[in-house]
Amino acid sequence: MFYREAGDFKTSYEDDGQTFPLRIDRWGYYLIVAVALVLVPFVINDYWVNAVFLPLLIYAIAAIGLNILTGYCGQVSLGTGGFMAVGAYGCYKLMTAFPDVNITFHIIAAGIITAAVGVVFGLPSLRIKGFYLAVATLAAQFFLVWLFNRVSWFYNYSASGQISAPERTVFSVPVTGPETPPWAAYLFCLLFVIACAWIARNLTRGAMGRSWMAIRDMDIAAEIIGVNPLKAKLTAFAVSSFFVGIAGALFFAVYLGAVEVGEAFGIQKSFLVLFMIIIGGLGSIFGSFAGAAFMVLLPVLLKNVLVGGLGWPTDLAAHLEFMIVGGLIVFFLIVEPHGLAQLWRLTKEKLRLWPFPH
Amino acid sequence: MKKTLTMLALGAAVAAGPALADLVFPSLDYRTGPYAANGIPLADAYADYFTMLNERDGGIGGVATRVLPCETAYNTEKGVECYEATKAEGGLVYQPYSTGITYQLIPRASSDSIPIHSMGYGRTSAKNGSIFEWVFNYPANYWDGASIAIKHLLEENGGDLSGKKVALVYHNSAYGKEPIRTLEELSAKHGFELSLLPVDHPGQEQKSQWLQIRREAPDYVLMWGWGVMNQTAIQEAANIRFPMENFIGVWWSGSENDVVPVGEAADGYKALALTAPGSDFSVYDDLKTHVYDKGLAAGAGDQSGSVLYNRGLYAAMLAAEAARKAQEIHGEADITPAMMRDGMEALDITEELLADRGFAGFAPAFSVSCENHGGNGMGAVQQWNATEGTWTLITDYIESDQEVIQPLIDADSQAYADENGIEPRCN
Repeated sequence: MFYREAGDFKTSYEDDGQTFPLRIDRWGYYLIVAVALVLVPFVINDYWVNAVFLPLLIYAIAAIGLNILTGYCGQVSLGTGGFMAVGAYGCYKLMTAFPDVNITFHIIAAGIITAAVGVVFGLPSLRIKGFYLAVATLAAQFFLVWLFNRVSWFYNYSASGQISAPERTVFSVPVTGPETPPWAAYLFCLLFVIACAWIARNLTRGAMGRSWMAIRDMDIAAEIIGVNPLKAKLTAFAVSSFFVGIAGALFFAVYLGAVEVGEAFGIQKSFLVLFMIIIGGLGSIFGSFAGAAFMVLLPVLLKNVLVGGLGWPTDLAAHLEFMIVGGLIVFFLIVEPHGLAQLWRLTKEKLRLWPFPH
Repeated sequence: MKKTLTMLALGAAVAAGPALADLVFPSLDYRTGPYAANGIPLADAYADYFTMLNERDGGIGGVATRVLPCETAYNTEKGVECYEATKAEGGLVYQPYSTGITYQLIPRASSDSIPIHSMGYGRTSAKNGSIFEWVFNYPANYWDGASIAIKHLLEENGGDLSGKKVALVYHNSAYGKEPIRTLEELSAKHGFELSLLPVDHPGQEQKSQWLQIRREAPDYVLMWGWGVMNQTAIQEAANIRFPMENFIGVWWSGSENDVVPVGEAADGYKALALTAPGSDFSVYDDLKTHVYDKGLAAGAGDQSGSVLYNRGLYAAMLAAEAARKAQEIHGEADITPAMMRDGMEALDITEELLADRGFAGFAPAFSVSCENHGGNGMGAVQQWNATEGTWTLITDYIESDQEVIQPLIDADSQAYADENGIEPRCN
């Protein structure tokens, strides 16, 4: 009744092609962005930033990145953790080599470095497909982790092989290092998330995104209608790795502050991001956010309810958490194999017709 | 998602609870995950000792203690979450039992003015208290461990290791890499040949490393392992018939969990020790009366007397003594984390004090000062007897080679100070 197209007249092609064609959607989007930008920074504290918002925002960027490659272009990748490590180590090397340059540029540069590495590891995708490509990207994962562990130049020859982010400021407010105020870390990541989501959304509905989707749906047919698979696949790898690299750089510099490659960017990370996009919804920007929220927030919520609320022993709660999260994943995949994004889409369809579905 | 957030807020609000006057000791433990077998005895002991203090003495200086457990599963992200969740409740000192989490917490806790005690792990150069104001790693650190192991080998070889081959099997992480620099220095000093064999997390796959050991036939193998990596390594060593008495683990590679699964073949395996093994100490009588018999034991209550349980007890005792010291210094019973730090820095563990607390002969005496946050670097060597199922100390407490270690600590801590713009204190 309220959620409908009627009365929302489009008088130009731009209006017609906009991301949120319904007025109520648009308002909702503006409202969420406004609350996130203006209200949240004032009420946020250390716990909320470090336990909830930073992981959520950073994993959302990583999920958007992987979603471009896997969801939009159909190339399965198990190398996300390795590419995040490239972003993190790239950022670290740049931060320590050029301390006077603003950290924002380092993070973007880290994304570009990761994009280049992603293209190199994407080359096999021109010859191999499906599970075999997954194995090739798995090799990237292991190779990159091994490289960052093995070559001490990457961690500036520190005794422990750990990299730690020195303090860097933006407009003389620290955004990395221990003195960072919670709102600064949050806003810094949020701006990256907004920029990444905006770029991703517009790339995926442009010519480039259409060529990715053509390759995903049937690569031979796409080739016949004139889509260049070399260009489409490699751009998908480059753009995807760019986002994943930014996520890795933020993960290291802003969120954790010190990482160890095997622990922070191991194969589990690749799986975690892959689960996020499968649960959130392949080929959907909203799905990337929903999946990241599901995988990040649910364990924290369960922990707080079971241990903090009910006072259960921590180990019992930790085991139950695995079971509940695992059970919910299975449940969602059975009920809606296309992920939370599809559930959201269906809800919106139903809302449009409500209360007169016939 | 909004609903999730509201529920989350609710959960956090319930978790925060009312503020009580008590001494909060957060326990960032891991009873799940790949290192759970080692995390459980440590966590049980930490909780049991404070329960005992509450039951027997009504806490420390009349204020009840409260152990605040938080499950990290040895995962740094969860460690950060735990730190943020528990610091709001006034955690006095953090002991994460993970080098990775310790590295995370060093800058955070230093900026929040909360002390960290990484007992025998963490960042070695934190021993330099003039730069690491909030971090303590007494009574010994990894570099001490490396030096103690080499000193033991020197003793066995009549003071000469030249021409000998020593291999280091290590967990390929910050933890395992720590001793390398010291061992390289020591190898230059004593003329032995060092070879490095990294093992990736979690360490169940070590065939190739042990094949290499078999080929190179080193005289001695040192190990920096944790969790399942230890028992796998000892099993592999047994498989290639490597003489167990030439195989020495660091203190994190020398618990019952590591040798029992290997059975008879593990007989003679050596490991470093921070404390004496077994339960032959009067503190165990008090634990029995006030904790076990009342059914207050943490976890399954089956860990008492094991190596890691003893280490957990030791960590808890040192924390409790530091809190007592802090109360003394500031004349206030309900201390803050900053006061706790002063207590830790003024800590002086003497033989009399150990005996009084029921720890006679349990560990060597040591003291902490403003410059030295790492104690005296004493450790002993213990050996496993598979038939009796017991660890026995086979040496006295050996002091590490400070001549080699101190310059390394100065250099590394100075690098940290330069990176982070820290002015040395204690002048």
